[in-house]
Amino acid sequence: MANAKEMKSVLFGPIFANNPIALQILGVCSALAVTSKMSNTLVMCIALTAVVAFSNLFISIIRNHIPSSVRIIVQMTIIASLVIVVDQVLRAYAYEISKELSVFVGLIITNCIVMGRAEAYAMKSSPGMSFLDGLGNGLGYSVVLLVVGFVRELFGSGSLFDVQILPLVSEGGWYEPVGLLLMPPSAFFIIGGFIWVLRTFRTEQVEPKE
Amino acid sequence: MEQYINLFIRAVFIENLALSFFLGMCTFLAVSKKVKTAFGLGVAVIVVLGISVPANNLIYHNILAPGALDWAGFPDADLSFLRFLTFIGVIAALVQILEMTLDKFVPALYNALGIFLPLITVNCAIFGGVSFMVERDYNFGESVVYGIGSGAGWALAIVALAAVREKLKYADVPDGLRGLGATFMSVGLIGLGFMSFSGVSL
Repeated sequence: MANAKEMKSVLFGPIFANNPIALQILGVCSALAVTSKMSNTLVMCIALTAVVAFSNLFISIIRNHIPSSVRIIVQMTIIASLVIVVDQVLRAYAYEISKELSVFVGLIITNCIVMGRAEAYAMKSSPGMSFLDGLGNGLGYSVVLLVVGFVRELFGSGSLFDVQILPLVSEGGWYEPVGLLLMPPSAFFIIGGFIWVLRTFRTEQVEPKE
Repeated sequence: MEQYINLFIRAVFIENLALSFFLGMCTFLAVSKKVKTAFGLGVAVIVVLGISVPANNLIYHNILAPGALDWAGFPDADLSFLRFLTFIGVIAALVQILEMTLDKFVPALYNALGIFLPLITVNCAIFGGVSFMVERDYNFGESVVYGIGSGAGWALAIVALAAVREKLKYADVPDGLRGLGATFMSVGLIGLGFMSFSGVSL
């Protein structure tokens, strides 16, 4: 088993230093559409983190038995089975939210973070470390998503987790909601801004001039 | 006939897969540096969506849907929980078959699409299109129109973004925003432009 320092860097590295969304452009696909409300965002983050962590774990356990010519299919099957489990759990215990997330739970299968980590890390590393790597990447994804969800729900509808924080003008308060933030394009602006802030503090991530 | 045209227009403009559902974003951002490659990928997506949505429609309604196995003597069977696994398998297999067929019979097209075909298996736009087809309960005719329409919408969006990015190369962007950040902002602006279509009532 690896030492504590290495474990820490595997777990926390992807959050800021090597963020899957901001730096590697992975997994933006199914992510942005669910961020207009914090509660949906949180469920999506938990679902994705669970899938990445466990798919990494299982793929790593059987990595020495997978013939390399069919590895993509094997990985896909493991990931798809995990997503089916997550989907059925959501339907059983959080039916309303699973309806709102609609097709996006299924889209975790084609989320590039899951495939990317399985291919790049789990195929070469021990099960414990792969599990931590999956957890770390899931958290890195969650940080970006939760920031976007926080901004969109707080300023778009004046609430957080459906609890009204800023009293709306339409209900006698003072806050005029920014309707644009509830529309899909706003998520792009917020992620663009997030990347800008991140790269201002971590200048090594700035892309070279073409 | 009219409903098919409506569905097509809606799939291309109003419910654009890339710009209003964020599907296929990874390839959308990664392969949109040049108009020419973006166009190649766009055509490949249209072809694959146009085939895989109707194919999965047939499979879903004849095998997986609740009660669909009636013809085989299992009226109570409900295999719909297997749909993610089945769809991804069907898409992967279709892409593989398409690749081999093109290689054998239309080598010119195969060379043009080249590296993009295998990439498409893990493109969420394809899987998203298939999932939407199931969720909205399209029949076979509608699924053909929806597959081609949503593919065309995606192709339109990526070509537009590539055109913007080609011009953006000459712009003096702040350091932290250069590359990915500026691309995200441009996608947002294109998305805003596409939102004007949502006023079109069909």
